[in-house]
Amino acid sequence: MTSPNQVLQGDSCQPNAYKFSPALPSRYKTDGIFKALAWAAVVISLTVLVVLLADVANDGISRINWNFLTSFPSRRPAESGLLSALVGTIWVMALVALFSFPIGVGAGIFLEEFIADSFFENIVEVNIANLAAVPSIIYGLLGLQVFVRWLFPITGGRTILSGALTLTLLILPIIIIATRESLRAVPSSLRQAGFALGATRWQVVREIIFPQALPGILTGVILALSRAIGETAPLITIGALTFIAFLPPLSLQGLRTTFSVLPIQVFNWVSRPQAEFHLLAAGGIIVLMVMLLLMNGIAIYLRNRFQQNR
Amino acid sequence: MNADSNLSQVADALWKPNRGLNNFVQRAVVITFAMFALISIATTFGIVASLVFETFEFFTAVPIWRFLTDRQWTPLFTNAQYGIFVLLSGTFLTSLIAIVVAVPLGLFSAICLSEYASPNLRRWLKPALELLAGVPSVVFGYFALLLVTPFLRSMFPQIAGFNALSAGLVLGISITPLIASLSEDAIYAVPDSLRQGCYALGTTRRETITGVVLPAALSGIVASCILAISRAVGETMIVALAAGQNPTMTLNPFVPIMTMTAYIVQVSLGDTPAGSLAYKSIFAVGTSLFLLTLILNVFSFWFVRRFQEKYE
Repeated sequence: MTSPNQVLQGDSCQPNAYKFSPALPSRYKTDGIFKALAWAAVVISLTVLVVLLADVANDGISRINWNFLTSFPSRRPAESGLLSALVGTIWVMALVALFSFPIGVGAGIFLEEFIADSFFENIVEVNIANLAAVPSIIYGLLGLQVFVRWLFPITGGRTILSGALTLTLLILPIIIIATRESLRAVPSSLRQAGFALGATRWQVVREIIFPQALPGILTGVILALSRAIGETAPLITIGALTFIAFLPPLSLQGLRTTFSVLPIQVFNWVSRPQAEFHLLAAGGIIVLMVMLLLMNGIAIYLRNRFQQNR
Repeated sequence: MNADSNLSQVADALWKPNRGLNNFVQRAVVITFAMFALISIATTFGIVASLVFETFEFFTAVPIWRFLTDRQWTPLFTNAQYGIFVLLSGTFLTSLIAIVVAVPLGLFSAICLSEYASPNLRRWLKPALELLAGVPSVVFGYFALLLVTPFLRSMFPQIAGFNALSAGLVLGISITPLIASLSEDAIYAVPDSLRQGCYALGTTRRETITGVVLPAALSGIVASCILAISRAVGETMIVALAAGQNPTMTLNPFVPIMTMTAYIVQVSLGDTPAGSLAYKSIFAVGTSLFLLTLILNVFSFWFVRRFQEKYE
């Protein structure tokens, strides 16, 4: 007969597990405390989320009106609005989506479908994992040096185009990783079936694999875009302005105008000492959070549909 | 004989489809996509090049030993001093407070989600925590400056209006979902047979978790914590808004300090012409920040590879 003590000394358990106590009530008591701590952690995290949202909503809801959405920022808090920031955010996000979707998905397809398990793929994979963990402000310095200064003739300096390119580089790793995961989830029997019919690799990807993976890819892209929409630090670093009293023209020239975005407007309002501006900031945060929630909602909807189909 | 070879020629012609266009399209697509993949490599080179270029210029103006030994950080004053350790101490302090908050919260949340919550509840709780992760950092900054700081000051009146404590606490909340989510993945991946085996030995649930499940998932948990530290070190808006703009070498959490990221923001907001020493200094600070986070990230990846337990 082995006693429980000896069994618990096996190397799958931690070394001090031999302090086996047969006093079950006290062990259950520790269990109860541990369980309570675990639940407390979740409750605390969610409470913070609720308090944060409630506080912002409470402060800012009185500021949400048509005037707030359609006027330019001003020194007088009562007349101030976020039109230029809102339009700037829409411009930048449209461009980021336009750049990052083809580049990120294309790179993901290339890595996963065309050169999987090669030396080059390994290098790019390690590189992307590292890039995904680089702080966003470093991307701001990259944008400042490369897009604002070195590529000045193309971007025109601290402009919408520079901002969009910087944010594109920032979210590319996320999109590439999401694309590869969705492609990997498509069963390889489908690929084999396509090859057996005599299709080229690209035909198989285009006609069979990509449509299957598309909902997952879209989810990843939307989540990446919702990361970009809230990014403040890289755009401050490349020099987005806080006071813009005009809208970019709806033409190619619009790409080369200076701009502001919602998070920067919020940052500017929060960092002012007057309490009136803090209310404006709360209003700006509400607009930002509504846009974010919409994007997240679409992503979750796509994911659920995707999971039901499989 | 002759008829046979004719037949095979005809069959060959029938059998081989005209693949010229298909192959051409495929080649064009592959080359384009390869270019896209190369953009990620180019990004790394771009980051390193832009940082190294300006940092080198900075160190031709300011000797590196002054960067490492000065006791103050006052690059915008006439009597400029460049002690990076002043900014490092600010970053260290806020990150330390953040990690003290985030590790217990995140780890216990992960344990709760994977071990205690029912599958139905888990389906709701996980997106809720991910929502917390999706809150933009400037919103957390608002929260830190306008809700947490007044709350702390109502309890401890000696706290300054800008302080490392409230920035660190909110920073901790903001990185909690990262630890929770990655640790939960690691804990969830531990096979059930290990838990069942442990229960069969007569252990309670808590003993199973701390004795078997957590050690089995340790590599993933440690890696998530290191990544979270790296995130806290690089986080910008919370510390720029709530921790102040006052470079001091201190570990007192009640006074205004300045982190590396906050310095970059401060200079970027001002009207600093390209080529000036202040402009170059943000790249020197950026290089320090990049190296610090790179070391943490590489260590985290290495840790997973080295210590990951594989279960088949």
